[in-house]
Amino acid sequence: MADQNGNADGNAVRVGAAADFRDGDRRIIDVGERQIGVFRVDGEFVAYENRCVHQGGPVCEGQYYPQMEAVFDDNGRSLGERANYDVPHLVCPWHSWEYDLRTGEMVGLRKLKLRAFPTVEREGDVYVIV
Amino acid sequence: MTAKQQRPEFYDRSTVPTGNLLANARKQALTRGLYDFPIVDVDAHHREDTASWSGLIPHIEDDAIRMFAEDVTRRESAAGMMGLEIRWHSNSGRIVRPGVNGFADTLSDDGRDPLVRRTIWAMDEMAIDYTILFPTAMLFLGLHPQPQVEAGLARAYSHWLTKEILPQDERIKTMLYLPFNDPEAALRMVEDFSDDPAVVGFMVTSVRYKPVHSNEFAPIYSALQERNMPLAFHAAYNWNDQSMSLLNKFISVHALGFTTSNMVHMTNMLMNGIPERFPGLRLLWVESGLAWVPFLMQRLDNEYLMRTAEAPALTKLPSDYMRDMWYSSQPMERSAKTSIIESTFDIMEAERTLLYSSDYPHWDFDAPSTIYDLPFLTEDAKRRILGGNALDLFGFKAEKRATPPTETTTVEADQGAPVAPPLGP
Repeated sequence: MADQNGNADGNAVRVGAAADFRDGDRRIIDVGERQIGVFRVDGEFVAYENRCVHQGGPVCEGQYYPQMEAVFDDNGRSLGERANYDVPHLVCPWHSWEYDLRTGEMVGLRKLKLRAFPTVEREGDVYVIV
Repeated sequence: MTAKQQRPEFYDRSTVPTGNLLANARKQALTRGLYDFPIVDVDAHHREDTASWSGLIPHIEDDAIRMFAEDVTRRESAAGMMGLEIRWHSNSGRIVRPGVNGFADTLSDDGRDPLVRRTIWAMDEMAIDYTILFPTAMLFLGLHPQPQVEAGLARAYSHWLTKEILPQDERIKTMLYLPFNDPEAALRMVEDFSDDPAVVGFMVTSVRYKPVHSNEFAPIYSALQERNMPLAFHAAYNWNDQSMSLLNKFISVHALGFTTSNMVHMTNMLMNGIPERFPGLRLLWVESGLAWVPFLMQRLDNEYLMRTAEAPALTKLPSDYMRDMWYSSQPMERSAKTSIIESTFDIMEAERTLLYSSDYPHWDFDAPSTIYDLPFLTEDAKRRILGGNALDLFGFKAEKRATPPTETTTVEADQGAPVAPPLGP
């Protein structure tokens, strides 16, 4: 169980009651010198350090934008672009670097990823493991 | 039914109050010791909101231009006065800057103009001691078909900035806009404003269509040389340019326009011997990044050695002249191998010729850490590029002025206010 400071099991930090998070809600918590953003997306909790891998911007304070997809026909002709709202991107407010909110992958260069932290739900509360 | 309509609440929840947007820049500055030595930002901007233009308009001398400015500001925005910029897929909806694009500015009022407060706040967060400020919308003013409007607005802006804004804080300087489509008016600008303590040089915006080696500009170069004042060429793009109009994406026209606009002027400067005719003229090339420099050096040297007779004014290689000039760093291309970036620094002798610039608050701004974190630079070289070179070029006192701010600022999307159109690159 968490103590009065929210700490649990030495490295689990309580974020809040899971029921308080609607899909798309987030909370940014301070853990020592580090800030961590905790998001609920598609019913799951994900957590990332609030530091963009580009220039260190506060990525967890960014807005969500849908994945943009190019549409071609079978003959290779462009039919335009469409927004896929089922794939939300977290967009850094400094320079628009976009990350898949569900995985933390930088969508323009998948080998780059936000620093992620595991999350657990325990007795109705959500914790981030640091 | 679209997916957006199926889950509007999810995306609506992405617009949340956030903390201090530059807090991470402050952390970078603290951990790297950037508050310990002078940093000069040779190119930062401000956005011309209605409040700014209301203060500027009385300085417009020509009655017809002033009356139109009053009318267009009342009906739309300052951008309407400049015109000509095509907008598409701007990142302005995705990036967040306090005080613009519908995001509230919650910095407390200390009696100074909001432009001054907001600029100093950002400087302190990034450990920047001096900033050379330039207006965003005027980057495109060189395309205006009416030279008298270009000259009239440039003069009014210069009066407003030097009389009302810059006296409020000596850490903010400017290189004033030169209306190059009217050489006589440009010369008067140099003569009338070069003694102002906040004016540290003059700026030509690069999207324009008069060749810079034309004899009509000789008196301006001569006047600047006499005064030992730098002349900067600030890159931009013109989507209406015949070549650029082939491009269908903003990313394309921005990537090419911001480099070629300066490459054209640089090439004319070199091949027509401007550095030989005005050896004391100090030229600074702004906001083209760095990758164009080794390209143009190699390209021009190679051609010059085959067609030497066509450029008889030169007494050395084009690249040698380029190493006698200065360059601003932003937007520094950083995606290549470190060895390629290091080669760029080597060929341009960056330790001596490169000046840090942030371009804040634009979407492609660079924090000082972009220079400081380069692994191949010595500590001395980092300090030269971040501040020392500019201190020497502009004659600023080598003092540390920035301190970590104690006041934080919260940014909220102001849903009730009209969202201003994005004004620039």
